Amino acid sequence: MNADKVLDAKGLACPMPIVKTRKEMKEMESGQILEILATDNGAKADLVAWAKSGGHELLDSQKNGDVFTFWIKKG
Amino acid sequence: MTVKAMKASEVAKKVVNNQPLFILDVRNGDAFADWKIEGGNIQYINTPYFDLLDGVEEVVSELPTDRDILVVCAKEGSSVMVAEMLSEEGVDVAYLEGGMKAWSEHLEPVKVGELQGGGEMYQFVRLGKGCLSYMAISEGEAAVIDATRMTDIFLDFAQEKGATIKHVFDTHLHADHISGGRAIAEATGATYYLPPADAEEVLFGYTALENDLEVAIGNSKIDIEALYSPGHTIGSTSFIVDHKYLMTGDILFIDSIGRPDLAGLADDWVGDLRESLYTRYKELANELVVLPAHFMIMEELNEDGSVAKKLGDLFKKNHGLNIADEQEFRDMVTKNLPPQPNAYQDIRKTNMGKITPDEEVQREMEIGPNRCAVR
Repeated sequence: MNADKVLDAKGLACPMPIVKTRKEMKEMESGQILEILATDNGAKADLVAWAKSGGHELLDSQKNGDVFTFWIKKG
Repeated sequence: MTVKAMKASEVAKKVVNNQPLFILDVRNGDAFADWKIEGGNIQYINTPYFDLLDGVEEVVSELPTDRDILVVCAKEGSSVMVAEMLSEEGVDVAYLEGGMKAWSEHLEPVKVGELQGGGEMYQFVRLGKGCLSYMAISEGEAAVIDATRMTDIFLDFAQEKGATIKHVFDTHLHADHISGGRAIAEATGATYYLPPADAEEVLFGYTALENDLEVAIGNSKIDIEALYSPGHTIGSTSFIVDHKYLMTGDILFIDSIGRPDLAGLADDWVGDLRESLYTRYKELANELVVLPAHFMIMEELNEDGSVAKKLGDLFKKNHGLNIADEQEFRDMVTKNLPPQPNAYQDIRKTNMGKITPDEEVQREMEIGPNRCAVR
């Protein structure tokens, strides 16, 4: 998937993946896609819930080994 | 204002003693709805930490001033952040050290009674997950039943009591939590017993736990007598310890009964479950004290934090033991069952020795309530 920006949040524990995602998102335009790499197990459920409450869209996610990748489109 | 860490053991004392506590749970809404710290005198609000990143002013007005406030999250990190933000606003709060993971792993040992000749029976109450494990101690020897994976707690406890663990039992192949039985047996050289009908696929050695097996602990021969009682699983076996305690595993609980579907065969096993509960248990003495492997709701705890009741009382009060109509019973235990425990298939594989996830993964697998019962 073509992302406009990539955020590497690997090795960061909660709440940092969301804190950083939120910061990146603020600097992006509506409709742009942010790719997020994370290793925290709780990241997925929290990103889904956060995206929903903020009006963003989780387009896709996948897991390769220990690394989760998420694509979120800014709302 | 300072931010204090509150340990899971301190929260456990508040729960058991019914002390007031206000919990600000900052996990996401689904996690909170699925599983939380429960207790008779606990009030809650759930506001995810990611909704508080711009400031906590909104939530401050919802916090009480007349009881302790505890901020809770999954692993601790977010609760520390929110607690510090609240502290800056002048609110005196604590966070749960280690988060819900620590809560899930905390065990509270409670003495449930005496055995002949000065022996003692201890129950290890896992408040966060509702698991109950046991240690019977007599004259320097101990038997452990349905141990959880926090094996150090059992090993240390036996050492404190000056006892050597000789026998380790699992009443059945657990589906809701990872057994510590095999590891404890390996660490102590104790014999590890499993019901053979539950152990057909296990990849390690064990001693068959069969009907009428009797083992003794201590010189005064505290009997542990096995009683085959299938239904939750096909192998589920109960024990009568010292002619006084009935260890029911996941067949009979204080306020509910075992569900027959976690190994995939609800319809086949419902008849076994009924026979175990309505025929085999019925033949036992009403005076036996039932010690189950789980509790589901805080109301099942006695005042001292233990979970135990006489079999006769359960035959009077437990709804699951009082369904005269066989079809009604069948429907209750096979239809409208609660969701299955988190990761229960992988937990079963781990308990069979088929997979060996690392500790962090094991923690994740066990997140959530146990859900072994039907009410």
